Amino acid sequence: MTARHIFLLGPLLALLGAAYLLPFLGVMRWSVTLPQPGLGQYVIALTDPLVLGVIWRTFRICLLVTVLAVAAGYVLSLIWVRGGPAARLAAELCILIPFWISVLTRAFGWLALLSNKGILNTWLEHLGFISEPLTLVRNEFGVVVGMVHFLIPFAIFPLASSMRAVDERVLMAARGMGASRTRIFWSVFVPMTRGGILGAALLVFVFGLGFFITPAILGGGRSVMVAELIYLRIFQSPDWGLGAAISVILMVAVGLLLALMMRQVKAATK
Amino acid sequence: MIQLRPGPLALTLAALIAVFLLMPLISVIPVSFTPNRYLSVPEGEWSLRHYRALIENPAWAQGFWLSIRVGVVASALATALATAFALGIWMIQPRFAGLLMGLALLPMVAPPVVSALTLYFFLITLSKVNSFVAYDTWAGVALAHSVMIAPFAVVLVSVALSQLDRRIDLAARSMGAGVATRVFRVILPNIRFTLVTALFLTFVLSWDEIGVTLFITSVNAVTLPRLMWMGLRDNIDPAIAAISVVLITIVVTVILAKTFWQMRRKGRGD
Repeated sequence: MTARHIFLLGPLLALLGAAYLLPFLGVMRWSVTLPQPGLGQYVIALTDPLVLGVIWRTFRICLLVTVLAVAAGYVLSLIWVRGGPAARLAAELCILIPFWISVLTRAFGWLALLSNKGILNTWLEHLGFISEPLTLVRNEFGVVVGMVHFLIPFAIFPLASSMRAVDERVLMAARGMGASRTRIFWSVFVPMTRGGILGAALLVFVFGLGFFITPAILGGGRSVMVAELIYLRIFQSPDWGLGAAISVILMVAVGLLLALMMRQVKAATK
Repeated sequence: MIQLRPGPLALTLAALIAVFLLMPLISVIPVSFTPNRYLSVPEGEWSLRHYRALIENPAWAQGFWLSIRVGVVASALATALATAFALGIWMIQPRFAGLLMGLALLPMVAPPVVSALTLYFFLITLSKVNSFVAYDTWAGVALAHSVMIAPFAVVLVSVALSQLDRRIDLAARSMGAGVATRVFRVILPNIRFTLVTALFLTFVLSWDEIGVTLFITSVNAVTLPRLMWMGLRDNIDPAIAAISVVLITIVVTVILAKTFWQMRRKGRGD
């Protein structure tokens, strides 16, 4: 360690160490000491039907959201990367505008559209299609819609970069050998972008696991996910040990998935 | 040169996805003009009362200025620390650079709720020794935000440095320039656009931050997103629609201006 090391690398590492690493060790300590020492809270977290139900719901929602966001992201990236100039510009604006708007505004937008007195229900009632408003938010449907909406731009960035890397000559070779457009897309283009698909899927899934704001607003307390459960355990029913134990489990799950993602990236760049 | 353009099916699907992405942003507009005190669509009578509330209720102006202050301090601190760190990695090329980098990026990849818990614990501990940088104070929020946004600045600056020609630095060094001269007169001027971008991005991230802010504030340090959250949880306040329209208008204007400027520059061919 020279003076330069400490000067340049030191400040950020010191801040992260003090504000992040040390307190995280504290959270880990809570998980094995509160309310009494031992691994009791982990046993509860992995056997209690309520906690297991929330973990299972989180997993199920994230899986569905991943499939939907990656599929929608794939189509939009296709236009953004390979469309004509006008289509490309339109796609870019549709990706960037939602991306830069805050998660609260976007969740509120869905409330404005889908809640009982929202635009869709008011409209359908006026047209006489329904007499009772449809329940579209404050349930799992609302959570999935809001999460897919939030995560599509994040799926698009890895997808678009894998699509930009596709060698045009390979597609032309397939064309030259008489493959149809559909066949080129499914048997040549899609396999060539599978690295991007896997990267996007892992990214969306990892993001989804820790989602808090969107499920809290659009789920209305009825479809609680893991992150909201941690919040409730820490702030509503002081049960710090269990909240901390679930946090550690969540952190480990995310860490494993990220390690998988890194391996994928390394394999793709080899 | 792209020769195979997406067909009509892909374009149709993409158009539907674009509608899905923009729909919630458009739906806040009519709701913001409702004459009622609850979330509803105006029928017949349109009213500006919720926009007036933004001006007349001092809480909104306080939240606005608090968010600006927190954002400016947090982005300046985060960008400065992140730039020093990235410079350290680039100039010194220390052993375990990968490990140090992983550590610096931790708050970006960890689930926000875990970071929130960690930073809450950190600020509670600080509260015991001082009342300035503490739980529910603006300085505490700014410090927590800088931990959360610094990784993004680290990524941006590291990418810019990796594209910088090392020989510039070597030339300066061989002519006897000290570390300070190399950093401030040679390296930083070469990546100044990235530094501005990093400041801007980290400011926006702090401005929108809610996942962590929710845990570390209660009644004193109410940032704009925190205030919106309060109006979204139980009885939805249509003033949220009005503030959403304002925020969406800002984002759309900036993005359109940037796109227009880029197109003009491309058109001029420089």
